[in-house]
Amino acid sequence: MAMRYETPATTKEAATLMAKAKGSAFLLAGGTDLLVRMKSGMIEPDLVVDIKHIAATQSIKKSASGFRIGAAVPAAAMGEHPALKKAWPGVVEAANLIGSDQIQSRCTIVGNLCNASPAADSVPALIAAGAKAAIVGPKGRRTVPVEKIVTGPGTMSLKKGEVIEAITLPKRPPKSGDAFLRFIPRTEMDIAVVSAGVSLTLDNKRVVKKARVALGAVAPTVVLVPAAARAIVGSKLTDDVLEKLAAACSAACSPIDDKRGTVEFRTEVAGVLARRAAKIAYQRAGGG
Amino acid sequence: MAHDPSYTNQEFKVIGTRPPRPDGLDKVTGRAKFGADAFAPGQLVGLILRSPHPHAQIRKIDTSKAEKLQGVKAVITSADMPDLTNGNRNMLDILENCMARGRALYDGHAVAAVAAIDMPTARKALKLIKVGYEILPHVTDVDEAMKPDAPIVQPYVRTTGVEPKPKKASNVSQVTQFGHGDVEAGFKEADVIIEKSYKTEQTHQGYIEPHACLASVGPDGQGELWVTTQGHFAFREVCAKLLGMEVAKLKVTASEIGGGFGGKTHVWMEPVALALSRKANRPVKLVMSREEVFRSTGPTCSTSVDVKIGAKKDGTITAATATLRYQNGAFPAIWAMLGAMTSYACYNLKNVKTVGYDVLVNRPKVTAYRAPSAPMAAFAVESTIDQVAEAIGMSPIDFRIKNAAKEGTRASYGPKYGPIGIGPTLEAAKNHPHMRARLGKNQGRGMACGFWFNFGGQTCTDLNIGVDGTVTLTVGTVDVGGSRASLSLIAAEELGIAYERVKCNIADTGSLGHNDMTEGSRGTFSSGMATIFAARDVIEVLRERAAKTWEIPVEDVVWEGGQAVAKGKAHGNLTPLTLSDLAAASPNSGGPIAGHNEVVADGAGVSFASHICDIEVDPETGATKVIRYTVIQDAGKAIHPDYVEGQFQGGAVQGIGWALNEEYVYGEDGRLQNPGFLDYRIPVCSDLPYIDTQILEIPNPNHPYGIRGVGETSIVPPLAAIGNAVSNAAGVRMTHVPMSPPRILKAIKSEQAELAAG
Repeated sequence: MAMRYETPATTKEAATLMAKAKGSAFLLAGGTDLLVRMKSGMIEPDLVVDIKHIAATQSIKKSASGFRIGAAVPAAAMGEHPALKKAWPGVVEAANLIGSDQIQSRCTIVGNLCNASPAADSVPALIAAGAKAAIVGPKGRRTVPVEKIVTGPGTMSLKKGEVIEAITLPKRPPKSGDAFLRFIPRTEMDIAVVSAGVSLTLDNKRVVKKARVALGAVAPTVVLVPAAARAIVGSKLTDDVLEKLAAACSAACSPIDDKRGTVEFRTEVAGVLARRAAKIAYQRAGGG
Repeated sequence: MAHDPSYTNQEFKVIGTRPPRPDGLDKVTGRAKFGADAFAPGQLVGLILRSPHPHAQIRKIDTSKAEKLQGVKAVITSADMPDLTNGNRNMLDILENCMARGRALYDGHAVAAVAAIDMPTARKALKLIKVGYEILPHVTDVDEAMKPDAPIVQPYVRTTGVEPKPKKASNVSQVTQFGHGDVEAGFKEADVIIEKSYKTEQTHQGYIEPHACLASVGPDGQGELWVTTQGHFAFREVCAKLLGMEVAKLKVTASEIGGGFGGKTHVWMEPVALALSRKANRPVKLVMSREEVFRSTGPTCSTSVDVKIGAKKDGTITAATATLRYQNGAFPAIWAMLGAMTSYACYNLKNVKTVGYDVLVNRPKVTAYRAPSAPMAAFAVESTIDQVAEAIGMSPIDFRIKNAAKEGTRASYGPKYGPIGIGPTLEAAKNHPHMRARLGKNQGRGMACGFWFNFGGQTCTDLNIGVDGTVTLTVGTVDVGGSRASLSLIAAEELGIAYERVKCNIADTGSLGHNDMTEGSRGTFSSGMATIFAARDVIEVLRERAAKTWEIPVEDVVWEGGQAVAKGKAHGNLTPLTLSDLAAASPNSGGPIAGHNEVVADGAGVSFASHICDIEVDPETGATKVIRYTVIQDAGKAIHPDYVEGQFQGGAVQGIGWALNEEYVYGEDGRLQNPGFLDYRIPVCSDLPYIDTQILEIPNPNHPYGIRGVGETSIVPPLAAIGNAVSNAAGVRMTHVPMSPPRILKAIKSEQAELAAG
C-alpha cells in the first residue's frame, strides 16, 4: 500500500486531511524526527501531510502582543531574527541547541514540541516564557499554553485533526530576561540529560517581580515548577535564594534511571542548571 | 632471492616526506567505493533476523510464510549452513556466531536471513518469519558470570589452564598466568603497597562504515565476495571453509574501508550473504544498519581488574600483581590473556605476576579493538602507579622513569627486550612544555604509558615496471591508515624515483599470494619489508638489462639515483640508463620487468607511548572537558609522518571517547539499550582539543628501515592518563570507565560526604 503525501495550502485544509485520515497520519514540517522514524522502520505512515506550503506556518511575526512563530519556521531562522533574539534570548538559544547545523536548517520548535519528549530542547524555554500554541482544528481555532500540550512521553492533548499552526510568545515587559541550559555529556549533537529554562521580570530595584521556571528530562513531561518561581520572586537572587531555587527544582524531579543518566544525577543537576540559568536570566534582565 | 631484514641506517631521500595520499581525492569527493558501493546485475537485498533475547532456546523457526511472499528469493536458517568444520570448535564458533544453532546467545544474534528483490519485500519477509523462543536465564556482567550459580553460556566449555581439569561447564573459558620472581617476597620488601579494583565498560570500535558486502555464488561452486574488511585473504579462507567451497574458487575483493580498528578482522555476516546467494542463485548485497553493528559485531571486552603494587621509598617497585577478568561475549577467546601479558610490559620488575580470566557472557562476540585488551589493563595498572607514586611522595613521571623497562629487561610476559622506546618517551614527556604548563581552576593533569606487541606475519608483494617507467606496486594488506602512501614512498626510495611515479594497488585474492590481515600494526611494517625486497629484486633485473644493453658484466653496473650506472674506468663513457630507458627497451631486452617478494616478516618491534593530558571537571555536574592532550610515541621510523601522527591522534581520540563517555548499556532484560550513535557517545570534533604529537624514532633492528608498527599503541594510555587527570582535577580517585558525568559527580559527592563525616 502506497503512502499518501499531501501539501495543503491552508492550515484548515491540513486539519481536514488529518481529521479524515484513515490509518496512520503524520504532519511533516522539518521532518528531522519524522523521516528518521520512517527510515528506521519505526513507523509506516499511510498519510503524510506536509505543512511547509502553508503561508501561516512560514514566518516569524512581531506585533504589539508579542511574537508569532510559524510551525514550519526552522530553528536557524529564529537565530537569525534580531528582534526575537533580543526579546527572548533563552527561547532562541534553546531552539538553536536542537541537533546540529544541518538539523537546524530544517527542524522546528513545533515539531520539537509535538515529538512529545520530556527531553525536548526548546520546550522548557517555551514554557518558562509563557508560550502558547495556536491550534487549528476541524471545528475551529483555540489557543493553549504550551505546558498543556504534552501529556506524557509520546502523547499529546491535541484532538484528531488538530494542527499547531504557530507558537506565540507574549509581549516582553521591560527589565525581563530568560535563559536556557541543558546538560549533555558531549558539547553538541546530543539529547538533554537534564535541562532548565528560566524567565524573569524585575522591578526597578532589580528585585524579581515575576518568574517562571521549567525543567526538562526529569519527569514524564517537561515540568513547570511554581515552587521554584516562588523561591526567587521578591529576591535579588542572592546565594541563599539560589540554593532554595535549586532545592525546589530538585524536589520537583521525578526522573528515571536510563542510558542517559541516573535519578540521582538528574535530580542534583536540575537544581544546578536552574540556579545557573536564573543567574544568566537575571543578568539579561538588567539585574547585574 | 634471500634478503636481509636487518636495520642498516640507510640515508633517505623521500622517506619521511609528506606527499598527499593516493586515495585522498576519491575519498573526499565521494568517488571511492566502500563496502556498500558495489552493484551486480540481478542483485538481491539481504536482511538478517536477530534475536531480541539475550539467551533463548530456539524451539522452532517457521519460514514458510516468508518463503511464499512474492519477491522473496531465499530464506535461510542454520539448517542452510551445515557444520562442515570437522571438529574444529573455533570454526564452529564462528559459524554459530554468524547464525544461531538452536540457541540464541545474545541480543542481536542472527537466527534467520532473507534475500528479496527489494528492501520493502525483505523487511516484510523478516516480519513473516516466526521464531518460537524459550527464554533462558542470562548473564551480561563479567563478575556475575564467574559466580558458581551463573547461567552457563556455552555448556561445552571447560576451563583450561587449571589443575585438575574441571569436569563441569564453566563461564571461565581459560585461566592464564604470566610473570617471574616471587611477588610475596617482593611485597614484604615494600614500604608502600596500594591495592585497588577497577572496572571498564564495553566499547565498540565505532567505525563509521557499517559492515557491507556483495556476495555471489554460482551453482558451479565459484563465487565472488566484495567486502569491507581488514583481511580479504583470511575472509576467503574462513568463508570457503564454512561454506564447503574451494579456496581458489572464491575471489574476495577488499573495498575501501571506512574504519576497522580490529572490528573488520572477523566475519560476521559474510558467510550468511554467500549462503543466501547460493540458495537464491543470485548476487546478494547485505549491508548492516548501525543498530546491527552495535548489537552483533565485535565490541571489545568489559573488564574487572584488581591491581596490587608495592614500592620502596626510593621509588623501586618491589612487586606487582594483577588479576584480570575480561568478558569475551558468548564465545571463548584470549582477551584476558592479552591483558595479562601487557599489564606490566612498560616496567622493569623483579617480581611480577598477572592472572587472566577469560569469561563468557550473553553479549556479542568480542573481537580485536586496537591494541586489544591492553587499554583496560593499562587503566588499572597506570592508575595504581600514580597512587603509589603519590604515597611515596615521588612525581608520577620520575616514578615511571625509575622503573621503566629498557634494553635487556625481561618483560613480564616473557621475552627479553631489544632496544625499546619506553624510557625515551618518558624522558620526552618529562621535558615537554605540556608538563610545565599552568593549570586553571578545577583542572588536573594526568599521564600514563602504554605498550603493544605489534605483529609481522605473512606478506606477499608484486612490483611491476610499466612500459613508461612508472611503477605498479601490488600489495595484499588492506590500506586502513594510509599504507598505500607509505608503501609508495618505500618503493620510490628503493628505486630512486619520485613518489608520484608509483601507484600502489590492493590486489584481490585472485591476484596475489596470501597476505595476513592488516592487524597488529603490521601493514607498513610487513608490506614495507616485502616492498623493499621486491624493489631490490627489480633492481637486480634492471642491472642485468643494463649490463646486457651495454654488453658489460653485471657486476660493473650499479643502481644509483634511479638509473643504471656503469662503474669502472673501462665504461667511463656510457650514459646512465634510467628506469624509463630500461622500461622502454624491456620488450626486446627480456620482457616484463617485475619483482616479487613473499616473506614471513618476523621481528615486529614492540611499541611504547607516553601520553599527557589536562582535564577540567565541573564539580557541580561532573562534566569534563579535555583541555590539552599530548601523545609521545616511538615509531621506529616514520615513513609518512602525517599518517603516523594521524594514528597517534586517532588512537588518543578513541581512548578519550572510551575514557569519558562510550559504553554499552545493557538493561535488566539483557538487551542493549543504546545501539546507536545518539546514546553511544563517541566524541564529536567540538569535544576535542588539537591532539599534539611527538614522534620518536628508535629503530627496530629487525626491519631494513627500522619501522615499528604505530597503529595501536596510541589507544593504550588514554584511559589511564585521563583517569589520572580526572582524579587530580576532581580530588577523588576514579576507578570505573567511562568516567561519565554521573559517575564523576557521584564520586565527588561521596568524597564530600566522607569528608563531612570526618
